[in-house]
Amino acid sequence: MKARVYVTLKPSVLDPQGRAVQQTLGRLGFDDVADVRVGKYIEMSLAEPSDEPAATGMDRASDAVAERERARTRVIAMCEKLIANPVIEDFRVEIVE
Amino acid sequence: MIIGVIRFPGSNCDDDAFHAVHRVLGPHGMSGRMIWHKDVDLGNIDALIVPGGFSYGDYLRCGAMAAHSPIMAAVKRFAEAGGPVLGICNGFQILCEAGLLEGALIRNQSLSFICEDVNCVVEGRPTPFTWAIPAGRHIHMSIAHSEGRYVHPDVASLEQRSQVIFRYCSADGEVTDRANPNGSMGNIAGVCNSAGNVVGLMPHPERAVENLLGAGGEDGRTLFESSLAYHRGRPARVGGWQ
Repeated sequence: MKARVYVTLKPSVLDPQGRAVQQTLGRLGFDDVADVRVGKYIEMSLAEPSDEPAATGMDRASDAVAERERARTRVIAMCEKLIANPVIEDFRVEIVE
Repeated sequence: MIIGVIRFPGSNCDDDAFHAVHRVLGPHGMSGRMIWHKDVDLGNIDALIVPGGFSYGDYLRCGAMAAHSPIMAAVKRFAEAGGPVLGICNGFQILCEAGLLEGALIRNQSLSFICEDVNCVVEGRPTPFTWAIPAGRHIHMSIAHSEGRYVHPDVASLEQRSQVIFRYCSADGEVTDRANPNGSMGNIAGVCNSAGNVVGLMPHPERAVENLLGAGGEDGRTLFESSLAYHRGRPARVGGWQ
């Protein structure tokens, strides 16, 4: 399973890097860019969970959904603890595969 | 008085900080002790410096990795017990990332690395590192950073709590936009925690302790002399505070 994490500066935080990119785009003729914010993209490969006895009465599809939710919760915890700084950044998590 | 200096992989002001406290302030009764980031115990120290540099290559965010080093649990215990802790430059970033200080330090507004002399006015509540500096005095130090723009979600509340300790100012002591080198909110160069014992600042006091080293002068000594006065229980502050 893979997780994709997007970390962006909070809207309230000035992003001079984004502004520089926007100005340069303008110089290149792309003058229809109203705003640019530069963030980070992080890709993680998550180890498969160890074999747990499958809950009775649950089919494979709902197992997979539960697994993705568990992964999402773990990745959100990682973001809160290290990957993003809540004072200045927001993050968004996608679980794929 | 023993001051510990933590060395992280990528620290590069650790020896300067050690030199300042151990050799320059040594004759006044101070000694330094280096502490490795993988240690889990600070040993018998009276105060602690988290020095500048580029811990862990500044990967992810400045100070983010170092804030989770093995030694940091001991640093948190020391700080919570009232131990004086001074974070300088990257050390300031580490203390913010570790949650020991409020706010964050992000890319300079100019996007440039800035290496220059600055003046900072000292204000706020008394701290172990500003105890002996008269309120309103401005001191001359140097800065050297790319990520020194201080941001805080509620600067007014930080100010009301007297936790703003240093602000960039002009040579006359005026806090102006022009004197703000990096776009920090409110010209903030340094803050303390709510108890006042943990202080962080972007300028380098350890680089301004000997006139031999040029224009920096000796103003940085006032921070270390303050910690000596504090340690010895001498309320040396002149002028009061609000």
